[in-house]
Amino acid sequence: MPDATGLELIAQDLREKHPDAVLDTLHFRGEATISVDPAQVHPVLETLKARGYNALASLHGVDYYPEEPRLGVHYQLLDMTNVDRICVKVRMPIDDAHVATVCDLWSGANHPEREVYDMFGVIFDGHPDLRRILMPEDYEGHPQRRDFPIGGEPVIFTYNEDKIPGWSR
Amino acid sequence: MSALSDYRRREQSISYSAEPAGMGLEQELMTINMGPHHPSTHGVLRLILTLEGEIVRDIKPIIGYVHTGIEKTAEQKAYWKVIPVVERMDYLAYYFNSYAYCGAVEKLLEVEVPKRAQYLRVIHMELNRIMSHLVWLGTSCIDLGAIGVWWYCFREREAVLDLFEMSSGQRMHTRYFQVGGVIEDIPRGWAERVKRFTQTMRHRSEQYSALLDKNEIFLQRMRNTGTVDEETLLDLGVTGPLLRATGNPWDLRKAAPYCSYEDFRFKIPVGTTGDNYDRYRVRHAEIIESCEIIDQALDGLPEGPFITEDRKVALPPRHELATSMEALIHHFKLVTEGFRVPPGEVYFPIESPRGELGCFVRSDGSSKPARVHMRDPSFVNLQATAPASRDTYIADLVATLAMLDPVLGGVDR
Repeated sequence: MPDATGLELIAQDLREKHPDAVLDTLHFRGEATISVDPAQVHPVLETLKARGYNALASLHGVDYYPEEPRLGVHYQLLDMTNVDRICVKVRMPIDDAHVATVCDLWSGANHPEREVYDMFGVIFDGHPDLRRILMPEDYEGHPQRRDFPIGGEPVIFTYNEDKIPGWSR
Repeated sequence: MSALSDYRRREQSISYSAEPAGMGLEQELMTINMGPHHPSTHGVLRLILTLEGEIVRDIKPIIGYVHTGIEKTAEQKAYWKVIPVVERMDYLAYYFNSYAYCGAVEKLLEVEVPKRAQYLRVIHMELNRIMSHLVWLGTSCIDLGAIGVWWYCFREREAVLDLFEMSSGQRMHTRYFQVGGVIEDIPRGWAERVKRFTQTMRHRSEQYSALLDKNEIFLQRMRNTGTVDEETLLDLGVTGPLLRATGNPWDLRKAAPYCSYEDFRFKIPVGTTGDNYDRYRVRHAEIIESCEIIDQALDGLPEGPFITEDRKVALPPRHELATSMEALIHHFKLVTEGFRVPPGEVYFPIESPRGELGCFVRSDGSSKPARVHMRDPSFVNLQATAPASRDTYIADLVATLAMLDPVLGGVDR
């Protein structure tokens, strides 16, 4: 993990290359985090990749409900040579949840991005195959959102199968 | 090279190019469905294969059949009640799941874990690694048509499960790790039994070698099949034995030691070409290295508490409840509400039997996590199915899938 000073140096470097891209930096429990404007996350990640953070360890979504902007996508980057990690976070409002795909930088981002789309409804522009991955294709809603109710999922039996929406014959 | 037999030579003489092979027969691509209920997919994995004759031209994994919404369930539960839930993700690596989660929460809480607890965790995780690799080896050999190896592997697996039962009361999903340490100290006689087991295991793993390493059929199925180079794997985010089989010694236990792994001497087995045989040899060698770690941890097992003394996090000992009002209050608070965790977000990666298992926990300051996410290695590694088995025979696909070792409970969560 870069220390607090190292993080500021990286952020400064990013600010020079991409003005207005870096919104905030945070050093918490030894983890370095950079908050980035969602419109500029792709060039920022490209710069970080060229800097040595060449592996995408994890990509996951978060719902910050009730805070605004609600949805977040986290990119956990890993520098395997220097054993260093950095996290890039973007936040976006729920009615305009668009962010550029990073599948062209790391083809391994394909499944995780589909999962974030499935669970949170974040649309990754330019993704080669943006479909639901864990939930059924005809499922409505994005279940990992904080305001998505738990329970109430109908169980299909023979007697009620024609009453359940989406299952009529 | 004797391994490259007649069969393989004939196989290699077949042209993989798109034009129909001889006899003027017209060939066309055929799309078939494999799974989700297929014995060789190790769970409910469904593959849509595009075949040209017997050669796989394209492959699309369809997953989600055992998606149970564990990450959503975890948001409804107090921190300590999440542990048994996350254990059920990757059902062959339950100690790793619970450790990744506990480690993330401990990082948020800034709780110091006693040295004895760390050593006990290491012993259990390495036993779990052996157990996971044994299940992998046994089921993979069934896919290749060798049922005998499965009996031997499951015999040793039973011994590991007996050890888990002795230390925690459960054979699987043991709930042994707690935030701040482990739930109970090991029972009397357990350490000796583990020692006996590691000795037997070393001997038995030699027997597996004798059975498989130079087995003609096994070599034909394994050598030069499912090869993926290091660059492609890194691009796909693949970690663990699959990456190590290509010669990249990336192992978080060495690269970024956690849980006192820096105290132990062990080697990281690596392969050379990244084919299925290397994957087998790497995992096989890891079993022996795990035995080494367990022996060292048992020899150096420090005295002291097995769970943190912080009463705000860990339950007070049972005997204190009868005499101390304060202990009773702590117990009541922990059991009813659970402990509160300071707000923040952490990501805690560890090396599971299948690669980097990372747990992301976001706390909003309450007693329930606001988000728990597992970066499960199986989920990411599954993306290597297509590059590993494209333009190979469908029979090799079965072997490759076995050697990729996806656990569908972890893929679907």
